[in-house]
Amino acid sequence: MGLDFSVVPGFLDTILLGGLWTIAVTVASALLSFFGGILLAVIALYAPLVIRLPFRFFAWLFMGTPLLLQLFLIYFGLVELGIDLPAFVAGVIGLGLHFAVYSSELIQTAIVAVDKGQMEAARTLGLSRGQSLRRIVIPQAVRDVIPPIGNNMIALLKDSALVSVIGVSELTLSSQLAIGRTYRPFEFYATAAVRYYFINLGMEAVLRRIERKTALSR
Amino acid sequence: MSDPHKFLEIRHAQKAYGQLEVLKDISMTVDRGEIVAIIGPSGSGKSTLLRAINDLDPLTSGEVILDGVQVNKDLPHRQYEKHINQMRQQVGMVFQHFNLFPHLSVRDNVTLAPKMLKGISDAEADKLAEQQLAHVGMSERIDYYPSQLSGGQKQRVAIARALAMNPKLMLFDEATSALDPELVEDVNLVMKRLAEEDMTMVIVTHEMDFAASVCDRVLFMDGGVVVEEGPPDVIFKNPTQERTRAFLSKHLSNVQK
Ligand SMILES: Nc1ncnc2c1ncn2[C@@H]1O[C@H](COP(=O)(O)OP(=O)(O)OP(=O)(O)O)[C@@H](O)[C@H]1O
Ligand SMILES: [Mg+2]
Repeated sequence: MGLDFSVVPGFLDTILLGGLWTIAVTVASALLSFFGGILLAVIALYAPLVIRLPFRFFAWLFMGTPLLLQLFLIYFGLVELGIDLPAFVAGVIGLGLHFAVYSSELIQTAIVAVDKGQMEAARTLGLSRGQSLRRIVIPQAVRDVIPPIGNNMIALLKDSALVSVIGVSELTLSSQLAIGRTYRPFEFYATAAVRYYFINLGMEAVLRRIERKTALSR
Repeated sequence: MSDPHKFLEIRHAQKAYGQLEVLKDISMTVDRGEIVAIIGPSGSGKSTLLRAINDLDPLTSGEVILDGVQVNKDLPHRQYEKHINQMRQQVGMVFQHFNLFPHLSVRDNVTLAPKMLKGISDAEADKLAEQQLAHVGMSERIDYYPSQLSGGQKQRVAIARALAMNPKLMLFDEATSALDPELVEDVNLVMKRLAEEDMTMVIVTHEMDFAASVCDRVLFMDGGVVVEEGPPDVIFKNPTQERTRAFLSKHLSNVQK
């Protein structure tokens, strides 16, 4: 039996919806990982030891264990503690925190690398240390890590397929559902691959835009 | 408080980095409206002294008093931070390498601190930026980013940024020594204009001609002490100390000699 892509259009709804869920999971997790990453970086660099240590442990946990396991823990494990999160929320928290830890490492390095003269100039004007960090140092650090964080976000898009295992009917899971009905795995997985590819292109376009917009500010 | 003499007073300033004594018991005063140049060889402690004035490099011991208020007060950390931020708002500083904020437009470089610290409105801030930039001849560049400016233009924006806080004292640490020679004069003109407007200024410089033509008094530092001080005429033409003479023979241009 040959390939027959004519079955695909019949599942247009499923396909579109799956794509939308993947975009929703990716965007929400990307935002969480971005702002979480900044927060974690500031904590790692400036918080007192009693706060820093638990966060260090948390970072180690998220970097040293499989994302799949983290998703199971958040979605199924937390139920035992009476925390019953919707699959979408659990997925976003898992993906978002996982990538926040990676972003935080990048942002920490970038904060330390911002020219000392920037903090000095801000303090000289009368800004407090916190104000100087917030308005002068961190924005420059964030600007400097846009390219590597962009790469992380593309990795995040690909890893978003993992939330299918906790039942978010995103792109991968919705393809599996269609395959269950048609027994046409190649057609639907290929369609899924094409969709990931286009979302990827979209993300790269957004990134390039941001990079172009911040080009003057270096 | 309104004593025009001793507007800025430094008493027994000492600073050590480990074993290295960088400032050895320096005392000096600056009158209101006075323009003082600090000259001396590299490593003599000029920057350290200047940066002690707004406590960017805290002294090991000694006092800095501005307009009757001690800058480097001994206070608990939180109170001290509040106090020093308050004091720094009154002291403008200009750095050798400009230290403009590259992620902000020229306008925002000038208005960031007044907006954050004085709570002025956007309209007032725009007016302030226009005023201050006109003052340094940078009006047409108001919506540029620092990366689009020449060194001399950056330094003039940096001066406008400092002036936007309406400081009562301006500190310059080799403001022109990172500039291409043809751009130096633009910045010098701005500083001269400030001098004419009776701004009190302390200027660390390697440009003896500029010091001679603009400053009321010159301090020669070497090895962490003030070796000699006086009006430019005396320091440049009839220095009494051998170390001053030796330094000047290397640094005075032919015009001065
Ligand atoms: N953070 C620091 N740690 C250790 N030593 C320092 C530090 N900052 C300055 N010094 C030393 O203090 C001395 C005085 O430095 P300072 O920068 O005040 O000199 P300067 O007169 O401004 O010199 P230049 O003309 O080169 O700018 C130098 O010997 C310098 O190496
Ligand atoms: Mg110096």
